[in-house]
Amino acid sequence: MYKHKYRVIIPFLAPAIILYLVFVIYPYARSMYNSLTSWKGVSTNQPFVGLYNYQRMLNDELFWNALSHNIQYLIFIPLTTIALSLFLAFMINQQVRFSKFFRVTYFFPQVISIISIGVLWSYVYHPTIGILTSLLQFLRLEWFFQLLGFEGIPVWIGDPRTVRPAIGAVVVWQSVGFYMVLFLAAMEAIPQSFYEAAIIDGANRWHQFWNITLPLLWDTMQTALVFAGLGAFDMFAMTRVMVVSGSTTGRPADVLATYLYEQAFDVSRFGYATAIAVSLFLMVLLLSVFTMRITRREAVEY
Amino acid sequence: MTSKPMTAVTPVPAEKAPTRFWSAFSGKLVNTLIYLFLSLWALIVIFPMVWVVVTSFKTDQEIFFSPWLPPAQLMFDNFVRAWTKANIGLYLFNSLVVILPSIFFTLLFSAMAGYVLARFTFPGNRVIFYAFLGGMLFPVMLALVPLYFLLLSMKIIDSHFGLILVYIAYSLPFTVFFMTGFFKTLPGELLEAAIIDGANHYQLFFNIVLPLSKNGLVSMGIFNFLGMWNQYILPLVLLTTATKYVLSQGLAFLQHQQRYQSDWSGLFAAIVIVMVPTLIVYIIFQNQIQRGLTVGALKG
Repeated sequence: MYKHKYRVIIPFLAPAIILYLVFVIYPYARSMYNSLTSWKGVSTNQPFVGLYNYQRMLNDELFWNALSHNIQYLIFIPLTTIALSLFLAFMINQQVRFSKFFRVTYFFPQVISIISIGVLWSYVYHPTIGILTSLLQFLRLEWFFQLLGFEGIPVWIGDPRTVRPAIGAVVVWQSVGFYMVLFLAAMEAIPQSFYEAAIIDGANRWHQFWNITLPLLWDTMQTALVFAGLGAFDMFAMTRVMVVSGSTTGRPADVLATYLYEQAFDVSRFGYATAIAVSLFLMVLLLSVFTMRITRREAVEY
Repeated sequence: MTSKPMTAVTPVPAEKAPTRFWSAFSGKLVNTLIYLFLSLWALIVIFPMVWVVVTSFKTDQEIFFSPWLPPAQLMFDNFVRAWTKANIGLYLFNSLVVILPSIFFTLLFSAMAGYVLARFTFPGNRVIFYAFLGGMLFPVMLALVPLYFLLLSMKIIDSHFGLILVYIAYSLPFTVFFMTGFFKTLPGELLEAAIIDGANHYQLFFNIVLPLSKNGLVSMGIFNFLGMWNQYILPLVLLTTATKYVLSQGLAFLQHQQRYQSDWSGLFAAIVIVMVPTLIVYIIFQNQIQRGLTVGALKG
């Protein structure tokens, strides 16, 4: 049937494989090696230093500072985003009117580029021209922030105490629509007869959600958790754009990605930066495997 | 004392009526709450965008002193400044120059590779497939430094051509994976019939397989388009001349410049120029776009 098949196979595979080898595989492999050198980029000589970069990383306060921020994002962003999007998806799935409108609207931030969103929100947060501060003043909410220990309404991006919550909130704002569409698609695949049977048994919507929807959504939830976790380990674009050059004292907005970028392209410590990148990769990999593991359950078939 | 047997009898009717009333009432209440929550989130999503659009028509004074008021006069001049002086027009052009060929060749090369991986058996088939699959595990961050020096030594650093090659290469893993899965679902008899009719493999692929795969290609086209449109770190590292910047990079550049020369109205107009066209395209093609974007979640 397929004679001379290699005359097809080779030319069809060649462009993809060549590009992939040169621009993807080679840089990754090279990174693994570079992380063992003290390469500064200027010279072709790359002194081999073994695990020195990794050792140095463990003693680098700024590394731990950045990592701790990633971990804070990792704890708050996935949970908030998934809870909110699941909640909204479940409500839209109640055969509400205008469901199309809500669905389209919630997805809006997903199609605008992250940079536009970052710039937009950095002005929403702006203490003088932004709308958030004046809205909170209008609602007379100063007392609330005083209770939390602020002098008045915080300056959001400019305050080391509020900069990460402010950036995290934008990420949640941006990604809720995506997860909602994901959950909604999974919810619509659940046969309506399940709910009808539950209603006959007297289950209210709350019971339906906990006993039917949620268990059948487990696979999607797992995917969503891994995705949101990966996002919390990135944060590069949003941080770079919202916190101009990240030079505030104490580096309250640093994450691993911005720190390693700075080490590589601002101060030319390429070997060290690559070591940070390799450990970032290993952490992300471990996290994904770990999430898949602990959320593994008996899949509910239907 | 007599009340005791009374209560033993009455509960049945006495409890039923309030329950029905209560469930009807709580049903209404729950419905109202649902609409309230849904509308509140819609407002939170839309409001900042509307604010930017309204603000983009104001003067700098109005922006500074009355953030909540509509503009006294529509300042279309802001858009002219953003387009010409702030170079948004140029950045948009650069973005399209990079993204359109990148998408075209990503789809072509991935379809070719996916077709071969899906329909031919040969030694190494699985190895190649898994090698592409493995590429999805790695964050771009990890490749950044060697990639920069690789392009430097190939003399394609700071060029749109170099960025296009990189965009294609990094879009391949998922697109090849997706297209391979897609081609496995094509009916084999149809392709065999074409071979018997004397079509060679190239005719078969371009005249029959590709047209049949339109849905998959459109999904992948949208998915990759939005990925490249959002891409920030690759152009940031690989393009250094300001006149070559792509849109995301250019907008971030303007944002950083803003600290030294305050032209808020121009910057707001720039955000609107970047934001509104994509929203319009999205509203028109919402179904395909939602599908195309969430398809990425399959790879998890």
